[in-house]
Amino acid sequence: MIVKLRQQEFWSGVRDEAPILLGVVPFGLLFGALAISTHLSTLAAQAMSSIIFAGSAQFIAAQLIGAGSSGLVILMVVFVVNLRHALYSASVAPHVRHLGTGWKLLLSYLLTDEAYAVTITHYNREGDSPDRHWYFLGAGLTLWSAWQASTAVGIFIGAQIPASWPLGFVLPLTFIALVVPALKDRAGVAAALVAGLVGLLAANFPYKTGLLLAALIGIITGLVIEGRPK
Amino acid sequence: MNLWVVMIIGGLLTFATRLSFIFLLDRIQVPDWFRRSLRFVPAAVLSAIILPELTSPNGTLFLSWRNPQLLAGAVAILVAWKTRNVLLTILAGMAALVVFQVVLGF
Repeated sequence: MIVKLRQQEFWSGVRDEAPILLGVVPFGLLFGALAISTHLSTLAAQAMSSIIFAGSAQFIAAQLIGAGSSGLVILMVVFVVNLRHALYSASVAPHVRHLGTGWKLLLSYLLTDEAYAVTITHYNREGDSPDRHWYFLGAGLTLWSAWQASTAVGIFIGAQIPASWPLGFVLPLTFIALVVPALKDRAGVAAALVAGLVGLLAANFPYKTGLLLAALIGIITGLVIEGRPK
Repeated sequence: MNLWVVMIIGGLLTFATRLSFIFLLDRIQVPDWFRRSLRFVPAAVLSAIILPELTSPNGTLFLSWRNPQLLAGAVAILVAWKTRNVLLTILAGMAALVVFQVVLGF
C-alpha cells in the first residue's frame, strides 16, 4: 500500500513535469551547441550539465569561459545567478524537514526552477501525504534526464535548432499556469504584481540580480499587506 | 584556474545554495516573519520571470497590442484563471502566440 502511494506520487511528479520539457529541451539543445561553439570539450560541456545543472548559469559560464574570463569572475557570476535557489530552498524546507540527510542532499541537487515550480504547487495543494517527496523526486529526475539528454543532442547536432520555433515561450506559459490559480488573496496578488513590475524595471540588471531584487520586494509587499488590519 | 576546478567549485556553490535552508531549518530558530514570507516566494519569483518575458520578448520593452507574446500571455492568464489546468494553459498560450504572430505579420 505504501509502496503504491509512493509510486503514485513519483509518477504524478513525472507527469506534471512533462509539459515543461517542451520549453526546457530546446534550451538544453542550445546550451550543448553553444558550449561546443565556445570550444569547451564534449566531455566538459556534458559534465557542466550535471555538475552545475542550472540552465542560465551554464549559458553565462560557457560564454565567460569562451571569452577567457578569470575563474574567480565565473564563480562569482554563477553564484549570483543561482542565488534565487536559496529562496526555493527556504520555501521547500518545511516540507522536507522530516526526511533523512540522503533525501535532503538528493532533493537539493534536483532543486531547479522548473522542478521547484511544479513541486511547490503540489506541496501547497490540500492534503498532507508524508510521501510527497516522491513527487519532488519524480519531477526533479524527469527534468534532470531531459536536461542531460538535450545537452548531449545539442553537442551532437550543433547549432541546427530553427530559431523560428517559439518553444521557449512554453516556460513563461507554464509559470503562468502555476502562479495564476495560486493567487488566492490580496497579499498574494500584490506580491506577484509588485514582483513582476520590479522584475520588469530591473530586467537589465546584470546576472539576474534584478530577479532577486524583484522577488524580495514582492515578498516584503505580501508580508506588509497581510499584516495590515483588514 | 583550471576549467575543471572552476566547474566543480561552481557546482558546489550551486548545490550549497540549493541546500542552504533545507539544511539549516532544523538547526536555527526561524523567526515568524520568515515563515510567513515563504508562501509569497513562488508567486513573487515566477511573476518576476514571467512579466519581463511577456513585455520584453527581445530584451527591450515592447508594451503594445502589436506584441504577440503579451497578447498570448494575456490569453494564457485568462485560461489559467478559468481552468486551473497547466496543459490547457500551455496549449492555449502557444496557439494564441502562433495566431497573433501570423495576424500581426511576424
